Amino acid sequence: MEKIFTRPKSLKNAVFHYCPGCGHSIVHRLICEIIDELNIQDKTIGVPPPGCSVFAYYYFDVDMIECPHGRGGAVATGIKRAAPDSVVFTYQGDGDLAAIGTAETLHAANRGENITAVFINNAVYGMTGGQMAPTTMLGMKTTTSPYGRDPEFDGHPIKMSEIIGQVEGACYVERVAVNTPANIRRAKRALKKAFQNQLDGKGYSLVEILSPCPTNWKMSPVDSWKWVDDVMSKKFPLGTIKDTTGKTHAD
Amino acid sequence: MAKVLMTGNAAIAEAAIRAGCQCYFGYPITPQTELTEYMAANLSRRPGCTFIQAESEIAAINMVLGASVTGARAMTSSSSPGMSLKQEAISYMAASQLPAVIVNMSRGGPGLGSIAAAQSDYFQSTRGGGHGDYRTIVLAPSSVQELADETHTAFDLADKYSIPVILLGDGMLGQMMEPVEFKHEAPAVPPVRPGGLRGATGRPSRFIRSFTSNPAELEELNWSLYRRYQQIQEKETSCEKFMTDDAQLIVTAFGIAARIARGAITNARALGMKVGMFRPVTLWPFPKDQLKELSKTAKYFLDFEMNMGQMIDDVKLSLEGSGDVTFYGRPGGVIPTSSEVLRVITRLYYQKGLNG
Repeated sequence: MEKIFTRPKSLKNAVFHYCPGCGHSIVHRLICEIIDELNIQDKTIGVPPPGCSVFAYYYFDVDMIECPHGRGGAVATGIKRAAPDSVVFTYQGDGDLAAIGTAETLHAANRGENITAVFINNAVYGMTGGQMAPTTMLGMKTTTSPYGRDPEFDGHPIKMSEIIGQVEGACYVERVAVNTPANIRRAKRALKKAFQNQLDGKGYSLVEILSPCPTNWKMSPVDSWKWVDDVMSKKFPLGTIKDTTGKTHAD
Repeated sequence: MAKVLMTGNAAIAEAAIRAGCQCYFGYPITPQTELTEYMAANLSRRPGCTFIQAESEIAAINMVLGASVTGARAMTSSSSPGMSLKQEAISYMAASQLPAVIVNMSRGGPGLGSIAAAQSDYFQSTRGGGHGDYRTIVLAPSSVQELADETHTAFDLADKYSIPVILLGDGMLGQMMEPVEFKHEAPAVPPVRPGGLRGATGRPSRFIRSFTSNPAELEELNWSLYRRYQQIQEKETSCEKFMTDDAQLIVTAFGIAARIARGAITNARALGMKVGMFRPVTLWPFPKDQLKELSKTAKYFLDFEMNMGQMIDDVKLSLEGSGDVTFYGRPGGVIPTSSEVLRVITRLYYQKGLNG
């Protein structure tokens, strides 16, 4: 009998600690599939953040360095500059990439650092229990916006990918989602392109992934997947935001 | 090689290049900016080496963290307000046992303070500086030659103990020019520390982290760091004693303050006063046994610092009550003169009845 589906070689044989319906485990698997397909397991260095994905090193069978919150862009810069033959990716949440690490993210992109940034946007601070993130939707209730996010006091959801898209050093910026099988396939194509860009020496690639967080959204997994389509992707439209690589659309 | 005339800031940069520093990440701040500029001009052109002017001190130290992960020799430099920003990553590096050299050409504080030389970062440097239970090795040169020599030592100690090392100077040491001789040639290829993460080629994958959800595991990490710190305390203390053999009054001072005190002590000797100086070169580990030893022959100590009194805590802890310690200091970036310190020495000498 032919085996057509198996665990990627670079995904450790471990049980994910993520909640049911969470997007992290899907994204982990996609990245590991890509690492296998590009045959880069032995030269990849991952830079996971504090947050729900702090234990990423229990799952990715590649070298990893846990870095301070928000500093992924700077840490990855140091790694890539010191060891240019390695393949470096950051794995960052919205609090990480779009709040505390805004400067490190923007300037890593602006220098055109030849790295791959994976940006998990789930509209909340997950690990600390669902506080308002810079990407929280207007009116959305979180533990620190208990009456709903009010733009007069809390500002609007920040569109980091569009901001990074303005920066010359960024070669490829795409927003995808992992809430449906079709979107997951698109997400994989975008991620693979972001890694391939690095292998081709093209500069900074960012893939933003709208990722369900049913626990903190207080929804069932199925409802959270629907919410990504019905609400989140209205504010954060899916698709290519910037592509100067001269290749075809990731889709 | 022959001696050359250089500023302290440039001497550190040149010494770092010769010590095999592959990566330098900096951010402008007075009075250390010449160090960053020297690296921009010189390190960036060396094959395989990297210079980046980072977007902040926070980014610079995190780039150091990243470069150190790969086994490269990496350095950043700053001055007091910038050092405060670096503390988060220094704590992470201490926990992750990553070597690095971090230069602080300190200035007056608190706050934005002044750009003049001060020694008010002693506590921050010697007590870890960031959050958590950790130490960094702290070296305090007091001449341009020593800045160069100790820069090399700093890289070696950082690698030897997998620990961040702080080179603590000040605005005066950084800006002044003195003859300096470099004792090493730069390596053709920067050295790479074994055990760095460069991809899992020919070995299982590895990860470096500081977080664990298990307090018992973190306790063991803390104790393992503690054991290393004990080793460092046993083996790596360094100090200078100046005219201490027959001294009845010993001035304790570090860095540029020790240069000022030396002039005062030389003049005091000319006036017949038996005064000497104890100068720690390693501020952490503090050479406490060497200082305690002096209390067998001298009873009176004058701690002189360009701050409100910080090293005096370590002086008193070292003496364990066996000496009479007086403090004299000038905070805020005021640079006392040798004659001012001589007046303090003379007054104390007579007050304590040491003139016989």
